[in-house]
Amino acid sequence: MQELIVNGLLIAVILTAVILRFLIGTHAGSGMTRKQKTMLVRILAAAALLLGLQLLTAGTFDQIDRYLFPSAGRWARFALYLIDYLVIGYDILRKAVRGILNRQVFDENFLMAVATVGALALAIHENGEYLEAIAVMLFYQIGEWFQGYAVGRSRRSISDLMDIRPDYANVERDGRLERVDPEEVEPGSVIVVQPGEKVPIDGTVEVGRSSLNASALTGESLPREAGVGDAVISGCINLTGVLKIRTTKAFGESTASKILDLVENAGARKARSEDFISRFARIYTPAVCCGALALAVLPPLVRMLALGLPAGWGTWVYRALTFLVISCPCALVISIPLSFFAGIGGASRAGILVKGSNYLEILAHTKTVAFDKTGTLTQGVFEVNGIHHSTMEEGQLLEYAALAESASSHPISRSLQRAYGKEPDRTRVSGIQEIGGSGVIARVDGVEIAAGNDKLMRHLGIAYRDCHETGTVIHMAVHGAYAGHILVSDRVKPQAGAAIAALKAAGVEQTVMLTGDAKKVAGQVAASLGIDTVHSELLPADKVSRVEELLKAEKGRAKLAFVGDGINDAPVLSRADTGIAMGAMGSDAAIEAADVVLMDDDPMKIAKAIRISRKCLRIVYQNIAMALGIKLVCLILGAAGITGMYLAIFADVGVMILAVLNAIRCLFVKKL
Amino acid sequence: MKKTYQIDVDCANCANKMEAAVRKVAGVQAAAVSFMTQKLIVEFSGDREPKAVMEEVRAACKRVEPDCEIFL
Repeated sequence: MQELIVNGLLIAVILTAVILRFLIGTHAGSGMTRKQKTMLVRILAAAALLLGLQLLTAGTFDQIDRYLFPSAGRWARFALYLIDYLVIGYDILRKAVRGILNRQVFDENFLMAVATVGALALAIHENGEYLEAIAVMLFYQIGEWFQGYAVGRSRRSISDLMDIRPDYANVERDGRLERVDPEEVEPGSVIVVQPGEKVPIDGTVEVGRSSLNASALTGESLPREAGVGDAVISGCINLTGVLKIRTTKAFGESTASKILDLVENAGARKARSEDFISRFARIYTPAVCCGALALAVLPPLVRMLALGLPAGWGTWVYRALTFLVISCPCALVISIPLSFFAGIGGASRAGILVKGSNYLEILAHTKTVAFDKTGTLTQGVFEVNGIHHSTMEEGQLLEYAALAESASSHPISRSLQRAYGKEPDRTRVSGIQEIGGSGVIARVDGVEIAAGNDKLMRHLGIAYRDCHETGTVIHMAVHGAYAGHILVSDRVKPQAGAAIAALKAAGVEQTVMLTGDAKKVAGQVAASLGIDTVHSELLPADKVSRVEELLKAEKGRAKLAFVGDGINDAPVLSRADTGIAMGAMGSDAAIEAADVVLMDDDPMKIAKAIRISRKCLRIVYQNIAMALGIKLVCLILGAAGITGMYLAIFADVGVMILAVLNAIRCLFVKKL
Repeated sequence: MKKTYQIDVDCANCANKMEAAVRKVAGVQAAAVSFMTQKLIVEFSGDREPKAVMEEVRAACKRVEPDCEIFL
């Protein structure tokens, strides 16, 4: 019966190898390396030879004895099996020997070599079943092959997802388009991007109009329109029209290069569970080898000396060998980094860049999320909504405000510039003094102007009038006398409320808003979004200390994430357990400081990032538990002699394949 | 100084072994092998020429994992 099963298996292996090698392997897109193709041929040859040898029984060989010398058949049979064994296993033997020479003894090659050579030796001794040793090696190699192939395929498909690296840039020279290495293009040159090509370098559109697909960067499949004067970022695919782009950055500084760099270096920051596994493997393998040795030696000795029974060396050595095969740590060692990698890959497909597996791990334990308000929960696009109590003509007041704030890139200053409508003439402004978190004092046309919030007015000792409407109020003082205020307000992002609710649903216990804005505005926004705690009127340094307080209040493994738009949050982003930067496209500071980068402005992605990290970690734990669990059970069964080497092979290779397949699930994050 | 090298390695455990071997080379401050991206990131401590260090790194890796390749 067992014979039949084995023969059937061998035939299946032969057929599969033929199909893989000669039908699939000949396609260019099969993704098989040369090594893998050679291995297939070896598997094929070994399986065919083994099948042949199985069909000729030991009795057939005994007939040789009659023509030659006694036991010639026995040796001939052994020689043929040995050849088969070497065909399939010579590289494992070589690696095992090398490992011993380099004092790196305990690895899976060593385990396999000892187990199979041991089984062969037992078989010679009994002129019995060589099949087992060869089958074990054969199935081990098949398992390795599938593992290598599956991992290679998934690695490639993940890399393809992140394939935003442009290969060339088109530069116009003497009226002709020339393809050049994007690294050679200097900032300020003009490049041409044709429909279907990737934008290689960040820049602004000089000529042309087109729609761009940024899905590789943001996960957003809706194309965006770009026309003359618009900034475009590298990595987008040009869909419709020809664009002439004046580059604003070097290739290495462009968004696509930065993102690639970030994703590729993500592996350098390993998660705790990854470190745990590599440390674990270092202790585990020697421990198992010692266990196997004990299993081979102790029971026979005990039987012989203490119980007076026959030692049964063969049985116990066989059990020890089975024990060794089961114990290969491959499934663990491969599946954990693969899970994290797939998780990072899947997240980046959704427009969420995670800088390392450790951040994925921390993200999964997030219990508190702190937000910056402006640009994160609100659009960050302010509009001047009114000018009240002005002592002069309103246009004049606005002009003073716009000029005084002309040096600042804060969203509020920009809204003033926009309302002013003209390019501010910087030469009219002098002595700009910025007072962090309060406002500015400057001289415009020699007139002293103070523009800022009520804190600035109190600081200057100027009486001001509160505004009855909600919004950000910029009080103005001219020559030290109150001159009215300008009301500026920001709109809450449409998805912000749903995003907070989604975070709560994802298990976040506390949401906090940290803002430099006035209490009234902050309170109103927080209430409309359902945020638990608000800290308002904070200076940039206060935000750091608030985050530190929150960090101190964390219990156990709970973690804190801070979400900001990255413009002035860099210190807070780096202080929090995880710093999440939003809408970071094109903002280098945010990409540098943050641990997780959301490529678009959508706050819903915060909850999505947390859900992805949870799923990924769940799969990591599943794999650890499954691999260790199955191995433990098989180890016990093997030691007790209930199972043979076939189950041992399943415990090794089967578990590994299951773990790899499970790890690939991390890649599927669309529905999360 | 930090540099990234393309590598070719077959199994995750081998990558771990390589990483441990690279860390022991003189002139290497920190090293990380990413099996998934097939990359080796080496941070040099600065008192030795990276080129010489990398030759040694390659030799060290070959010793623990003969099948691996580092593209310098």
